[in-house]
Amino acid sequence: MSVDLPTVRKIASLARIAVTDAEAAAIVPELNNILGWVEQLSAVDTDGIAPMTAVIPNSLRLRDDVVTDGNRRDDVLKNAPQAEHGFFAVPKVIE
Amino acid sequence: MSDLTNLGIAALRDGFRAGDFSAREAADAFIAAVAAGRDLNAFITETPDHAIAAADEADRARSAGELRPLSGVPLGIKDLFCTAGVQTTAASHMLEGFVPPYESTVTSKLFGAGAGMLGKLNLDQFAMGSSNETSAFGNVISPWRRGGDTVALAPGGSSGGSSAAIAARMVPGATGTDTGGSIRQPAAFTGTSGIKPTYGRCSRFGIVAFASSLDQAGSMARDVRDCAILLEQMAGFDPKDATSLDVPVPRWEDNLSGDLKGKRVGIPREYRVEGMPAEIEALWQRGIDFARDAGAEIVEVSLPHTRQALPTYYIIAPAEASSNLARYDGVRYGLRDLPDGAGLQDMYAATRAAGFGAEVKRRILIGTYVLSAGYYDAYYTKAQKVRALIARDFERAFETCDLLLTPTAPSAAFALGEKNADPLSMYLNDVFTVPASLAGLPAMSVPGGLSAEGLPLGLQIIGRPLDEQGVLDAGLAIEQRAGFTARPDRWW
Amino acid sequence: MTNAAEGDGMSTYRIQGATGDWEVVIGLEVHAQITTNAKLFSGASTKFGSEPNANVSLVDAAMPGMLPVPNGECIRQAVRTGMALGAEINRWSRFDRKNYFYADLPQGYQISQLYHPLVGEGSLMVEADEKAGIAAPKTIGIERIHVEQDAGKLMHDQHPTRSYVDLNRSGVALMEIVSRPDMRSPAEAGAYLRKLRSILRYVGSCDGNMEEGSMRADVNVSVRKAGEPFGTRTETKNVNSVRFVMATIEYEANRQVDVIEGGGTIVQETRLFDPDRTETRSMRSKEDAHDYRYFPDPDLLPLELSDAFLSECEASLPELPDAKRTRYETALGLSPYQAAVITADVETARWFEALLGETAVAQGKSEAEVAKTASNWLTSDLFGALNRLGVSIGDSPVTTANGAALLALVADGTLSGSLAKQVFEIMLETGDAPGRIVDERGLRQTSDTGAIEAVIADVMARNADKVAEYRGGKDKLFGFFVGQTMKAMAGKGNPAAINDLLKKALG
Ligand SMILES: [Mg+2]
Ligand SMILES: [Zn+2]
Repeated sequence: MSVDLPTVRKIASLARIAVTDAEAAAIVPELNNILGWVEQLSAVDTDGIAPMTAVIPNSLRLRDDVVTDGNRRDDVLKNAPQAEHGFFAVPKVIE
Repeated sequence: MSDLTNLGIAALRDGFRAGDFSAREAADAFIAAVAAGRDLNAFITETPDHAIAAADEADRARSAGELRPLSGVPLGIKDLFCTAGVQTTAASHMLEGFVPPYESTVTSKLFGAGAGMLGKLNLDQFAMGSSNETSAFGNVISPWRRGGDTVALAPGGSSGGSSAAIAARMVPGATGTDTGGSIRQPAAFTGTSGIKPTYGRCSRFGIVAFASSLDQAGSMARDVRDCAILLEQMAGFDPKDATSLDVPVPRWEDNLSGDLKGKRVGIPREYRVEGMPAEIEALWQRGIDFARDAGAEIVEVSLPHTRQALPTYYIIAPAEASSNLARYDGVRYGLRDLPDGAGLQDMYAATRAAGFGAEVKRRILIGTYVLSAGYYDAYYTKAQKVRALIARDFERAFETCDLLLTPTAPSAAFALGEKNADPLSMYLNDVFTVPASLAGLPAMSVPGGLSAEGLPLGLQIIGRPLDEQGVLDAGLAIEQRAGFTARPDRWW
Repeated sequence: MTNAAEGDGMSTYRIQGATGDWEVVIGLEVHAQITTNAKLFSGASTKFGSEPNANVSLVDAAMPGMLPVPNGECIRQAVRTGMALGAEINRWSRFDRKNYFYADLPQGYQISQLYHPLVGEGSLMVEADEKAGIAAPKTIGIERIHVEQDAGKLMHDQHPTRSYVDLNRSGVALMEIVSRPDMRSPAEAGAYLRKLRSILRYVGSCDGNMEEGSMRADVNVSVRKAGEPFGTRTETKNVNSVRFVMATIEYEANRQVDVIEGGGTIVQETRLFDPDRTETRSMRSKEDAHDYRYFPDPDLLPLELSDAFLSECEASLPELPDAKRTRYETALGLSPYQAAVITADVETARWFEALLGETAVAQGKSEAEVAKTASNWLTSDLFGALNRLGVSIGDSPVTTANGAALLALVADGTLSGSLAKQVFEIMLETGDAPGRIVDERGLRQTSDTGAIEAVIADVMARNADKVAEYRGGKDKLFGFFVGQTMKAMAGKGNPAAINDLLKKALG
């Protein structure tokens, strides 16, 4: 599996990273180099092996249903590039 | 009182308790060292006020008889830990100016134990890198130099600010985080010690995430005892992290022993990689001799999937990172780049293009690709299967040994700029550290000796899950025998 | 591919196209907000209608380093819901991340369950409804239920060039209940939704409040000629009432038939329902990047359910509507209609059972003995009144205790039917207890033979001509005497006694 320019553009778009033509062109061989290298895993026999789900044996704890947080709008909005009337503001979205 | 910076954590703590000096004197000495070491670029943000306030509080506590475990000890904090009221950047433009209104669990525990903060330490951007060259705030320069030249060397990464600051005596100890070797490799490069505990020992709450299933905080310091002291205060169950282990924190410092009688130390044969430099081989042999001398039985073991660990890591870590870093979108915090007339999605793309460095983008793109439709099973699922095999290798090895001993890195520190043209050659630096990360095992690096060029070399000890004690004990046994006293000549 | 559901309850709903009849195939993905105090992965409140960004924790705002910790009650309620739908509960499940960028999604991913959902296959039965074209009861398959986070809200109308983001809903727990494509008409879809809502409300896992967005449906519609494989479907997102779901299906099915018969093809796409114009339209803006890159959330471990947890879920399930309905018919002797009406909503059923219990106690009888009277009064008198007043049973001005007291006053002869109606009207207005109304207003029924006889004698005396006519064979006049006697007694005379005594007096 190797990536080409349209694929790089598609991935960059999925990842929401703007790339110039020159950047996209430079990324193609870089990704192919890395992907070609990780490709070696396909040679490993993993028949009957379950993918790892937890690094260390541990089970998911469940929280009690109590309100312990919230009412901290100032904290939530404090670092916002643009906040107005208690909301985060973004360029108008047309749905 | 500038010689106070020669003291490590235990010595500072004990000297302060004994009344040899005040916490304020110690803080002032380190604050001065931080200021004098700016050429190393180890800090992104200096926080002398924080260190002074904690020192004054420690002095007050001492007179009131209310000493806490780290009273009188100032520390460096990797700038990946969110610190309330203090800029936290992850070394990225993306978070430049971000001031969290919250404290990470680890720093909160450290400050609660009486420690002060000298500043936020530089690192590879979002902890992605092995040389500290991906920071948006400039390279960290290692205090070490090769004999006879002035070429700037890498302090290792991603916790390179931490390792450099410790080696340069700017801090007695520091926090680090380790995703694929980011504590151990910089420790090895700078002649310092660092331990990554079992995955889940330290809470990840409030640490800027890189790869969640691998990220683990740990301690970095000048010696093994200091690492134990610091880790004891960092570790512990946290209900705010679902992957946190609900187990008591042992008294690692009190139980520390360099006696390895009755222990079997395994030497994994697959770590003898092709082209391993002779001095790394020699270092490893020296480590084996030290362990034997400390009473351990040496056994050869096999970890058959060692070679697959790096490619596995370079699927899983970027995949998780691509998702973890999706939150940096210019809406709620951090950088926003809004070109004229741009809509929401254009704003995202522009913000992320401007905010992330090249290596971060590269990993996000790899991660996005391996998770994308049609490739998920071939890459991600396959990697998680191989990861299971790697973990199984360790389990089997631990049937015949208690600890594993390997070199930490395949070479001594390299020069800045030497490897960053080729991502793959940089990635290969983590060949010995990544397997333990994938298996979530505790592992540490201690200095084992010097290279022919006079640069530190590190030995790695890997333990069973939760056996930090065994790892620290073996580290101490090596430390006691290696007699590593070399220090970088002060040029800064 | 044939459809399992075709065996039972065949629908006759068809779209008549130029080329013949078309069958409509419908599947619903219902997002139901799980009733909890706190959010799925954070301790912020789920309260509706708060100030913008008030119910937001740093986790919900996806601040750097914030981590999700699951709320046990969300899991418990989803499991109970699965059990109520006879579904298999997966003891091992896990959360996945669904990755996409949108301003209402702070993490850049939604924590959901794709690969290993909490609840597997189940089903739900909708009743026959001749009028709606549902000829026989029909079982609708449920494919799965998974638990996931809700998104925040974007507001577009507050600023000319900006949209505003409110994260109050961000991270609220949802169950996504995915049906099989088993429905064949808007009516079936409507019945499915109402039944599902009923079950959720019984279980207590969702309040079913569609106006507040507690239940929304993604409506999957395709059309085909009978016997042919499934056609390409469209998904109309977030439709928020039963009526709109039915309208969506109607519109979408007709649109698809028009497109196909016009030589076009249906594209699998996401659409939006516009309630003002009763039509759906394409949401291509959201189509461009449909690669969600699902993978297991590495911040969370697999969710493993213990026997004890599952037993508690099972044990805490209430009697569900189908079982209750059957019991009302068999053990209480209610008519199928009344049993259906009373059990349709949990609040009505609860009200009825309280009334029934109190009525039985008040009259010293068994519940079965008083069930019919109680259900008649509830479904005719009380429902009628509540309808008139436009209030739900939960806000009924008449309490169950007062209802039981009223029925007791009728049973012991204190009130006649007509007096009872008078008293009931006063109860509705004042909320007072019937006994007090009877006492204060002297509305007690008179069964005193002497008193009634005296009134009858007086009526007969004043209407001697009519008495003669009656005795001469004009039987129809009997009603006149009853009316006169009643009127003279201001409606308080016991009608049965009046009847008897009049017959005797008139000879
Ligand atoms: Mg849907
Ligand atoms: Zn959903």
